[in-house]
Amino acid sequence: MQQIDKTESDVRKNISLYSKRVRKSDVVLKMLIYFSALLTVGFFILLIAYIIVNGAGYISLDFLLSSAESDGLLPIIINTLYVEFFTLIFAIPIGIGAAIYLTQYVKQGKFVKLIRFSTETLAGIPSILFGLFGYAIFCVLFGLGSSIIAGCLTMIICVLPGIIRTTEEALLTVPNSYKNGALALGAGKFRTIFEIVLPCAVPGILTSVILAVGRIMGESAAFLLTIGTGTKMPKEVFSHIFSSGRTLTLHLYYMSGNGSVPDAMKICFAIATILLILIFVLNVLAKLLAKKFIH
Amino acid sequence: MEKEKNNKVVIENLNLFYGEHHALKNINLKIPEGKITAFIGPSGCGKSTCLKSINRMNDLVDNCRIEGKIFISGEDIYDPRTDVTLLRKCAGMVFQTPNPFPMSIFDNVAYGPRIHGIKDKKKLEEIVERSLRGAAIWDDLKDKLKKSAFGLSGGQQQRLCIARALAIEPDIILMDEPTSALDPISTLKIEDLMMELRKKYTVIVVTHNMQQATRIADKTAFFLMGEVIEYSDTDRMFRNPVDKRTEDYITGRFG
Ligand SMILES: Nc1ncnc2c1ncn2[C@@H]1O[C@H](COP(=O)(O)OP(=O)(O)O)[C@@H](O)[C@H]1O
Ligand SMILES: [Mg+2]
Repeated sequence: MQQIDKTESDVRKNISLYSKRVRKSDVVLKMLIYFSALLTVGFFILLIAYIIVNGAGYISLDFLLSSAESDGLLPIIINTLYVEFFTLIFAIPIGIGAAIYLTQYVKQGKFVKLIRFSTETLAGIPSILFGLFGYAIFCVLFGLGSSIIAGCLTMIICVLPGIIRTTEEALLTVPNSYKNGALALGAGKFRTIFEIVLPCAVPGILTSVILAVGRIMGESAAFLLTIGTGTKMPKEVFSHIFSSGRTLTLHLYYMSGNGSVPDAMKICFAIATILLILIFVLNVLAKLLAKKFIH
Repeated sequence: MEKEKNNKVVIENLNLFYGEHHALKNINLKIPEGKITAFIGPSGCGKSTCLKSINRMNDLVDNCRIEGKIFISGEDIYDPRTDVTLLRKCAGMVFQTPNPFPMSIFDNVAYGPRIHGIKDKKKLEEIVERSLRGAAIWDDLKDKLKKSAFGLSGGQQQRLCIARALAIEPDIILMDEPTSALDPISTLKIEDLMMELRKKYTVIVVTHNMQQATRIADKTAFFLMGEVIEYSDTDRMFRNPVDKRTEDYITGRFG
């Protein structure tokens, strides 16, 4: 170290800017934040752990593949797959079509605002109302009775707002400059949308589909009044949609109130575990896609 | 009459409105074939609007209304018989910010020809090479045609966009401030390229850079608040402008 006379500015440099005072309010606030974070995470972990601890043990290949009419799970899983398939096969094209129409074709104005407002409102309506509506229209008016197809039709209305909105958002993030580039080369509007805009929005659209898959799997109220309680294996691939058939969530519900099945509670937790795992996988998938989407 | 023949684009009494806003006021321009014509003027004066009227990109703006006529090779492009696809094939456009599609370099250039019905792979390869050569970027890109266009630098992307426009074999190339997003070196390269293009195409370029206009343009139109104040040979306009407002602008007194 060299010994040099310290000038005034050198001395000043040595004054620390770090505060030595600890504010009480800061500490309290921090503690509160930690506490609420801990509480949230804690409950979350507790819930999941509780369900898995109670349910995982009961899950076995036999359990999953048993087709016994009283407590076999296979028909229920098949019903759930039916519902996923027949809901999405209609909801996806309709939803994407509506989103394309709303973002690319229609003149932005009051009409679009009204539609946006309605889809947003629909997205917030409790699903038992959709169930009631589905019962009145599809089961009774259309004469479909309590059936998988009536459940699917009801569910289409439930998931459409979400698909439309997410797809719209995905479409709107596609830069206009791509569109203009294609149009300036002489591409028609239809071509531009399907070859340039839509491919860019695919990750966002896939995210919306995955979210819809999860929504359908987790839904119970919309099915409660429309889909019936059937637990039979399909006799025929197609005609099965006209028979009644409960989904996993409904099965859980009916089981929980069923005193005649000895292991009812265990079965409930096993189903809950399966649902948890599937929803978890779907959410991870959606997150990964969303990440890709942002890039 | 002999002179008229050499005008590729003729704009007659063009008035354009965005809703209530009168964006172009009675524009009359005769743009010569095989030359570079520059549109200069302060921002918001209607240069881009006028350029976009030539390939009817203004059709996309909801409340845009156009009066007057624009002729390309003697045909009125606002005539109901005009096929906009053919018009845009005839007048290619390069935008202010490079806007390659999120596809490979090859597919970017091949996109235009594909729209216009060319499917043969050999033919497309030929067009892609010719267009990239035309945009003086073949040597840089020939080994990475399958790579995404997003990996290129801004200057390269802009030349790719020029190649994309050349691939549809236009007669006219419309460029809207093609170098404003680029660094000086890329800018000079694009300017060199434009001098090359001039041999085969009619080039119309919007620029707010007056040096650029003097470097490359044969003719210059000075726009101010939706009007063309002065239109003449570039040399003459910059040496002795007729209108006081032109003089004020090119000597940097406003804008
Ligand atoms: N799509 C549009 N809708 C409404 N007004 C517009 C639109 N595009 C441009 N304008 C207006 O028209 C005028 C000319 O714009 P523009 O041609 O882009 O000017 P420049 O390219 O010379 O900067 C500006 O006042 C601008 O605000
Ligand atoms: Mg402009």
